[in-house]
Amino acid sequence: MSYVPYPRPCGDFRTSYAADMTMFRTRGAMIMACAGVALLLALPLFASDYVLSQLILIGIYGIAALGLNVLVGFTGQISLGHSAFFGFGAFASAWLGTKHGVPPLISIPIAGVMTTALGMVFGIPAARLKGLYLAIATLAAQFILEDFFARADWFTGGSSGAPAEQASLFGIPLHTDRTYFYVVLFWFVLSYVGVANLMRTRDGRALIAVRDHYLSAEVMGINLTRYRILSFGISSFFAGIGGALYAHYLGFVSAEAFTILLSIQFLAMVIIGGLGSVASSVLGTAFVLLLPQVMQAGASTLADFLPAMQQGVAYIKEMSIGAAIMLFLIFEPEGLIHRWRLIRASLKLYPFSY
Amino acid sequence: MNWDLLIQLLVNGLIVGMLYGVVAMCFTLIYKSTQVVNFAQGEFLVLGAWICWYFIVKWQLPFVAAFAFALVFTTLFGILVQVVLLRPLVGEPIISVIMVTIGLAIFMQAVMNWAFGNNAARFPNVFSTEKINIAGLNVETAYLMSFVLSLVIMVVFFYFFRYSRYGLAMRATAYSQQVAQSLGISVKQVFAMAWAISALVSCVAGVVLGLVNAVSNSLAIIGIKVFPAVIVGGLDSIVGAVVGGVIIGLLENFAEFIDGQYLHVGNMYTVAPFYVLIIILMIRPYGLFGTENIERM
Repeated sequence: MSYVPYPRPCGDFRTSYAADMTMFRTRGAMIMACAGVALLLALPLFASDYVLSQLILIGIYGIAALGLNVLVGFTGQISLGHSAFFGFGAFASAWLGTKHGVPPLISIPIAGVMTTALGMVFGIPAARLKGLYLAIATLAAQFILEDFFARADWFTGGSSGAPAEQASLFGIPLHTDRTYFYVVLFWFVLSYVGVANLMRTRDGRALIAVRDHYLSAEVMGINLTRYRILSFGISSFFAGIGGALYAHYLGFVSAEAFTILLSIQFLAMVIIGGLGSVASSVLGTAFVLLLPQVMQAGASTLADFLPAMQQGVAYIKEMSIGAAIMLFLIFEPEGLIHRWRLIRASLKLYPFSY
Repeated sequence: MNWDLLIQLLVNGLIVGMLYGVVAMCFTLIYKSTQVVNFAQGEFLVLGAWICWYFIVKWQLPFVAAFAFALVFTTLFGILVQVVLLRPLVGEPIISVIMVTIGLAIFMQAVMNWAFGNNAARFPNVFSTEKINIAGLNVETAYLMSFVLSLVIMVVFFYFFRYSRYGLAMRATAYSQQVAQSLGISVKQVFAMAWAISALVSCVAGVVLGLVNAVSNSLAIIGIKVFPAVIVGGLDSIVGAVVGGVIIGLLENFAEFIDGQYLHVGNMYTVAPFYVLIIILMIRPYGLFGTENIERM
């Protein structure tokens, strides 16, 4: 890995451990983050429905992608079964609502906890496997869970799917884009602040140590099995939360949504965004979700001149994801966040290059 | 107990299993010599079948010529993929290598959907497809042919790796890339050759499958079924790949039999191999014939 330039403002020498561990590097960064959240809070007042629905989806998938980034980017494990956990969260929350009468706002965290338990069970192979073998084990988990969704009528409604209740708070319905946006935003901010904080704790640093050199980590007294399974648990928790939010957003869950293709999309989000960074997950999610739409718009415009392109539009959308994965891995393996850091550094240092 | 059905299913399993074995061999070949996991193996197979079909149906070429074209095309394609996609990723972490082949798989799926359509297409009758009777069992000639062809491919593989100069070079590279390089073997060429051979044999398997069933993009699922086979056999063993393929083929059909006769849960045919996969990974990750590589985890 190449050295990432991280220019610090003058006078910021970080002379204490506390200063080294701050969440925001400078006061400016903190103000920017708070302003960003404030802007998002005000957004439903004037943004169009289309923009809001896209932002809600980015938020939902972004939470799940963050979970995968904890697993892949911070702990160095591989999971090809993330969409199965996402789906489990969705079904669990819908099931709690329809069969047990739990209101959605409460069932969302419960679904997250249930998914955590499931993720830890499927994480047990990670105690003994790594690399390719782990990838194949999680692939098997994906297929087994997919089969379970299609079959467990009592839990998922089988092939016909399950309805999910619309969210409401004290009788105020929260099911429109304009109001549900706040539910997603709440969980989004909570997840991202939570993970950013997690990486400052002993457990978070232990995960990074496991990724960087598992043998040294163990010599330092880190229980590898425990942290590998914990990492699966954390990652599934966010997948479950994301899935539950997704279920209550659509109002209906069906097993076809949670195939291996979605797992690959989650991995694409994490890799395109950049492994091992909290903010990169949302960048990658936005990229992966918006790219097909941009491609579709582009292809439709092109189809006006070339009628032969007309039936290819749907395929071009599909192709763009595969092509984006390959191109990013070859030309920018460190992801969008790396590009962003370079841009920021060059702006800060302008007109000098170093 | 319905013995006739069981035996019929097991014979089917053996024949399909041989084909799995051939595809698993291609997979293992690439993994062994280049340490790349090819998630696009199934797409390679379908690509070969589609190209052969295209030349026969659209260009009205005789089967042999179309088959030869398909072989040449897929071989070149395999080399292209290795040089353009995988060579820049030498030395990158395994997640990057896995993801690049997954990206390739998605890309190829979309392109083939676009170019050849979503529906299954039948080959024109190249071989007679009547059923013949062997020891009281109905076996289609196409199945029999695929069985024989799989055997031939396996024997050719065996001789290639045992006696030919290039086969020996590949084995040496698989053993140690540095030593092979210092002995004058071009590792770059070996990598390209591994992909070429793998793509070529996948094309043969794809055409055979296309003849037996029909060509469709859903055949690419074989690329996923290969994983249980290679894990059962041992990831870096060519013999293991064949044995694993046969075991998985038999297991699928046996699971279907048990399911249909007693359990009635449905869909065991597709899922049973993955349960076995998890069990094998937990107790014996190196499979039946793989190299035991014990590490402190």
